[in-house]
Amino acid sequence: MIYMTRRYSLAAAHVLAQPAFAQDENERIFGKCANPGGHGHDYMFEVSVTGPFEDEVGQIIAPGLLDEIFEETVARRFAHRLLNEAEPFGLLVPTAENIARVCRQLLAEALKGRSTAELAQLRVTETPRNFAEQGELR
Amino acid sequence: MGKAMQDDLLRPGGVIRVTRCIHFSTSLRYWLEDLGEQENRKRFGRDAERHGHNYRLEITVAGEPDPETGMVINLSQIKDVAEREIMSRFDHKDLNLDTEFFERIPPTPENFASLIFRLLDGALPAGLLDRVRLHQSADLYVDVTRSLP
Repeated sequence: MIYMTRRYSLAAAHVLAQPAFAQDENERIFGKCANPGGHGHDYMFEVSVTGPFEDEVGQIIAPGLLDEIFEETVARRFAHRLLNEAEPFGLLVPTAENIARVCRQLLAEALKGRSTAELAQLRVTETPRNFAEQGELR
Repeated sequence: MGKAMQDDLLRPGGVIRVTRCIHFSTSLRYWLEDLGEQENRKRFGRDAERHGHNYRLEITVAGEPDPETGMVINLSQIKDVAEREIMSRFDHKDLNLDTEFFERIPPTPENFASLIFRLLDGALPAGLLDRVRLHQSADLYVDVTRSLP
């Protein structure tokens, strides 16, 4: 199998809190990440695609097209935003896990019809010490 | 440590993946000899101009460590194979002018990584190579993995 991965950086703010819970309950679960004022990260997104290609073309997808799709689907929605104010994170706690799940679905949908490439994996790195990913490169 | 725990730790523990990295710098352009200048420039845009990359290559092998040496493969063997198959062919070379691989296909990271997988796979003990990951720049890399039978 062959996979092409492109990395994107995205700065955003978030608060880890479940709106249905009381603040002290959120602080118990999410610790300092529940600070109501929020905090932020330089997220790194690693978007991995796979798919058929002809050797004479040599590309699973043109990197420029993937850049456009990422910009339209993810960056425009979430970059330089408070994630909790951007759908669907009003109702969904914007953990790295949920960001990976939501953005994977958005990117996979956006690729359909615009490219023969399919999304194989999305990894969202929140800090040098933690990342979440969905899919696999095997 | 209890005896049972110790026995358990001494038993063969399954497949392990080991990775060695190398770096090399290479020039290239996307240019197919059959196409002519106009078509090459139209098809490949600025990649049709001569440019270069600092490639970083991760070579991953997978296997059960030898019970006596504790190694999947001696890393110096990977180093020797990488030197012979990759560094001597590509480091401080031009992919179009100094190699015969890219006359009919462009040296995209997909094509280059596929070639590297084949070269290393042919030179390492059969079935040992698990994956190559070729980083072309800080924001783009290609994985070629052994297809499951």
